[in-house]
Amino acid sequence: MITIRLKQQDCKSIIAHAKNGLPNEACGLLAGKADGDVKTVEKVYLLSNPDSSPEHFSIDPKEQLAAVKDMRANGFVPLGNFHSHPSTPARLSEEDIRLAYDGKASYLILSLAGESPVLNAFGVVGGEVLPQVVDLLD
Amino acid sequence: MKLTVSGNEKEYADGLSVAQLIELEKVETPQYVTVSVNDEFVESGAFAETSLNAGDIVEFLYFMGGGQYGF
Repeated sequence: MITIRLKQQDCKSIIAHAKNGLPNEACGLLAGKADGDVKTVEKVYLLSNPDSSPEHFSIDPKEQLAAVKDMRANGFVPLGNFHSHPSTPARLSEEDIRLAYDGKASYLILSLAGESPVLNAFGVVGGEVLPQVVDLLD
Repeated sequence: MKLTVSGNEKEYADGLSVAQLIELEKVETPQYVTVSVNDEFVESGAFAETSLNAGDIVEFLYFMGGGQYGF
């Protein structure tokens, strides 16, 4: 099973970004190092959601391109993306699965539906959802 | 001609189109890939008629999107 190693501080940044984006979904990209089944996030890109919707998100290709260039300049590889679910659980929706075109990417979902935020990670290969482990680092 | 594709400089045949490059590079699910050439995005309907030139910098970006409803 793939493990995503994420710094506590980066997790807090993702949560803050998601809360700032309410009532809409928020999104971003993750970059870092991949070693076998362990992905270590070194940088989180907090991006805009051009859909400005509580039910949908997409990543702006211009922001995506800028992030990819920055990853390369820093020696990082793209690890995946994250987005928030303002009022539903931290699992992939049918739409999330349908639009998960990159079999190598990790898809992190942050739910703000409950009292405390919940962050889960998944891979999607050929439409099959594969849970991943989020390991929060100090 | 030399092109830089996804950060890697490689030699390709002259006159290559974006569509041919996608095929050569075995890009997965090409129907959902956005292509930029020298930071300009190429319309997906124009891949076949967009020729690449020596020194071009090409990036392939997967569409990323979703939504919270529908379980």
